[in-house]
Amino acid sequence: MSEAWRPTAALDTLIKRADLLGRTRAFFRDRDIVEVQTSTLDQYGVTDVAIENVEVAGYGYLQTSPEYQMKRLLAAGMPSCYQIGPVFRAGEVGRWHNTEFTMLEWYELDVTLEQLMANVAALVDYLVGPQRVLTKTVQALLKDAFDLDPHKSDEKRCLAIANKEGLQDAHDLYEALDFLVGTAVSKLGAERVFLTEYPKYQAALARTVHRGNVEVALRFELVIDGLEIANGYDELRDALEFHRRCDYDNARREQLGLPVKPIDPNFEAAMAYGLPNCCGVAVGLDRLFALALGKSALQDVTAFGTRVQ
Amino acid sequence: MASYSTNEFRPGLKVLLEGDPCVMLEAEFVKPGKGQAFTRVKFRNLITGRVWERTLRSGESMEAADVVERDLDYLYTDGDLWYFMTTDDNYDQIAADSTAVGDAKDYLAEQARCQITFWNDNPISVTPPNFVNLAVTETDPGLRGDTAQGGTKPATLETGAVINVPLFIEIGDVLRVDTRTGEYVSRSKQ
Repeated sequence: MSEAWRPTAALDTLIKRADLLGRTRAFFRDRDIVEVQTSTLDQYGVTDVAIENVEVAGYGYLQTSPEYQMKRLLAAGMPSCYQIGPVFRAGEVGRWHNTEFTMLEWYELDVTLEQLMANVAALVDYLVGPQRVLTKTVQALLKDAFDLDPHKSDEKRCLAIANKEGLQDAHDLYEALDFLVGTAVSKLGAERVFLTEYPKYQAALARTVHRGNVEVALRFELVIDGLEIANGYDELRDALEFHRRCDYDNARREQLGLPVKPIDPNFEAAMAYGLPNCCGVAVGLDRLFALALGKSALQDVTAFGTRVQ
Repeated sequence: MASYSTNEFRPGLKVLLEGDPCVMLEAEFVKPGKGQAFTRVKFRNLITGRVWERTLRSGESMEAADVVERDLDYLYTDGDLWYFMTTDDNYDQIAADSTAVGDAKDYLAEQARCQITFWNDNPISVTPPNFVNLAVTETDPGLRGDTAQGGTKPATLETGAVINVPLFIEIGDVLRVDTRTGEYVSRSKQ
């Protein structure tokens, strides 16, 4: 008889996972950060060019992140809060990807991005074990790996380097940079590294600031062992800028032949009403648990992951 | 010819890359949370044996290569071509050139069952069995007790290959040889 019904993770791993989940909640209880629960199914999705919602016909979209609804809570007056729950991203399946995965999303009011990064490092120390974390700007990452400056967008050179690194015929500068950042990140080795100061076009929902004459996003990612573990922002609070970025996303979507997505009017209204000064971060919890348990694939730490060779 | 999309990529798949047949060794989906999805692939070129790395956009596809592997028994060589016979009842003969035979030519013993890779019905590589028995055609006379050279000496096999053998081996001995390492294993009892 087929064995496909069996869990992909060992039961003792799942029992250890339960302990890690309990410890994660204890971490937030100790800091007086309140647990919230928002909907996984909402009428609206996201415009992000590289993220596709799973659509539920007649209902809307499974959420790719609880970000919009949690920010609506914050705009309504909720204090610092976190959420642990399933999120869904269409077409993402691999050793370190699953269409459904567990996200830890958390927001802290009136903190700097550096303070939030320190708290993220503390959570990782608590769950995986203490280790030093380096901080590196995206500019320094690309300079060290390819002698390339992402802020001086020399498209030709970027495409040539991408080609040499194995991506032939990159469509444009953005694709080449996405690829090169990913390639450089995968070579970071066993270190824990915070990547900071993303190019403006990779700001997503982070605020931007000027460093000299270069505009950078106040965004960070935590990379461990070449794997992206967390992605955080000093949160954008300008509703008009949010709308501009969504329009830009949709223009790119149209160029790439992807469906144009409506901008979530509830989230936009909450932004216009006023998001408090806050920083937020999303943590890929299944990945973090895999690191904590010494596993090398999501299917090894989730009860019924997608079996990948 | 069929093609495979990135979501069908898996180790063992045979595809065409830059016109050459390749086998996928690894295929990994990679995607930054906010960035574009790629599939990072390692291939071995089935003709040159070289390993290539490429990254493809998710959704792209590669043409399948018509590559099959079959077991055939080695018959003989005329110096230019190496002849093999099918193991079914047809006893068809096929000829492989020196490019396809490659290093395997050092270890082709008569009747040895080899694995031959065909691309578009042409043989492109030959893998001999892990162990073959080959006769020694030339070696210095055995010098018992002489360990000055670490206890080994060169010996020429019937295929022309030269391997290191213990000092007691004599011309005419049949040796068991590991074809993966080219090392002497034992003297065959035949």
